[in-house]
Amino acid sequence: MTKPLEVKQEVPVVTRTTSNSYSLKESATVKWSLITISFLYISLFLILPLISIFVTAFEKGWETYVASIVHPDALAAIKLTITVALIVVPLNAIFGIVAAWLITKFSFKGKNLLITLIDLPFAVSPVIAGLIFILLFGAQGLFGEWLFEHDIKIVFALPGIILATLFVTFPFIARELIPLMQTQGVTEEEASISLGASGLKTFLYVTLPNIKWGLLYGLILCNARAIGEFGAVSVVSGHIRGLTNTMPLHIEILYNEYQFTAAFAVASIMSVLAIITIIIKNIVSWKAKDV
Amino acid sequence: MELSLKRRKKTTIIPGFSLTFGYTMLYLSMIVLLPLSMIIVNTLSMSWSEFYETITHPRAVASYKLSFGTAFVAGLINVFFGTMIAWVLIRYEFPGRKIIDGLVDLPFALPTAVAGIALTTLYAPNGWIGQFFDFKISYTPLGIIIALTFIGLPFVVRTVQPVLQNLSKEVEEASASLGATRFQTFVKIILPELYPAMITGFSLAFSRALGEYGSVVFIAGNMPMKTEITPLIIMTKLEQYDYVGATAIAIVMLSGSFIILLFINFIQWRMNRKFYH
Repeated sequence: MTKPLEVKQEVPVVTRTTSNSYSLKESATVKWSLITISFLYISLFLILPLISIFVTAFEKGWETYVASIVHPDALAAIKLTITVALIVVPLNAIFGIVAAWLITKFSFKGKNLLITLIDLPFAVSPVIAGLIFILLFGAQGLFGEWLFEHDIKIVFALPGIILATLFVTFPFIARELIPLMQTQGVTEEEASISLGASGLKTFLYVTLPNIKWGLLYGLILCNARAIGEFGAVSVVSGHIRGLTNTMPLHIEILYNEYQFTAAFAVASIMSVLAIITIIIKNIVSWKAKDV
Repeated sequence: MELSLKRRKKTTIIPGFSLTFGYTMLYLSMIVLLPLSMIIVNTLSMSWSEFYETITHPRAVASYKLSFGTAFVAGLINVFFGTMIAWVLIRYEFPGRKIIDGLVDLPFALPTAVAGIALTTLYAPNGWIGQFFDFKISYTPLGIIIALTFIGLPFVVRTVQPVLQNLSKEVEEASASLGATRFQTFVKIILPELYPAMITGFSLAFSRALGEYGSVVFIAGNMPMKTEITPLIIMTKLEQYDYVGATAIAIVMLSGSFIILLFINFIQWRMNRKFYH
């Protein structure tokens, strides 16, 4: 029993003398090779594709670039994409806030199941997301005949594109808010209510200031996905030029017609939006850490 | 639900339970549950032999192999490089670190179709990168793996990063002071702590890759039996107005991804038990 004790006492002595050779850090060689490999990997997979978009877009000069963007079909696609985002993002934001309030302020049976169901669209392929709305509202769909009789168009029209985009971006904001409001608890809201504030006032003046950065973060991610969604929208849009083509679908058509410069010109606008998204996202997460 | 309603009224003064519950359920049912249930309703309307024939068609089977295989390989690549990038971003200071950290989110922000045409052009035989290789990358399964690797990278980096950030240094110090080399400390002390996050990142990247359509259709070449992914089979059937066939293939895909996610959750649960109990 005494022998191990002696050994243990010796250990600090040995280590103190050699504290510099403690292997707590990798050697400089390992460190810089890891940095180099990561840097090369990011360059090859992320930076180079990004640069290539802009280079190809401007390959035939500024005039061709502008002409591809002010083309009526391109402008219609831009307008449609903005319309879809303006409808989808607020709807999912309202749902996200309501669902997060329900899940974090009350306890009830089946809460975990509800959270899983909210996450469900993430596990579904975008193509399947489009398919289910065809099955509901398409010509052979559940409501197809009724819609035809009443002359209402959902699939291959704006409502279908909105529904498919709503489905695909469904969890984004709720998912951002639930963990955030979970950690903030209910005490502040309880104090506000017991002092006589109404539920709405409590939400606006107590909860909202606490969650604003998380909400903004969710809005940005939801918006990025809403304007960029391809698979689901491709299924329900019907690809009618100037009418049901969003920006990603317009890019696909141009690309398949070998109009590469025009395709990359529209793609470059979307890339600028993506870069702005990343910048805002970083500012927001940096602000959120400060608060 | 009535039971839980009553119980809540006794324990909280926060208003809005019935309103938020009603709205959440209504919106969830309208946008997600009712549309998704159509898959099951439509499958039930098929006869068994019809269903079986559709899902075991050689072209469909080839697409399952391709989709699951490429998503799996891309997931593995991402776990390796994603963990390395997370490590580099958390542990080292170097010029441009913040920019790289921000760029990791690019695949989340960039529309998949844009990523698709950019990667296809880069890796095409006469493209910036493709010209350096003797073999074809775009229009082969290799191209599909590249597109899926692009899509999945942030999932792994963003799940491993916070775990690495919160890892306590004491264990590493203890390991080093007991004479372990840095490599031993990494493999035996640090890595096991990261396994759950790595598996979560893998499963997120994998399930996203399995259903991915936008970035893959451009680079895949879409040759039946060779480079045709399962979502494309669904798309083709839809274009031929074969809704029943599309639904059958969709069922296979959905079940496949759920089984794999359950399996990964099970592994994770086993690992958590092993390491923390």
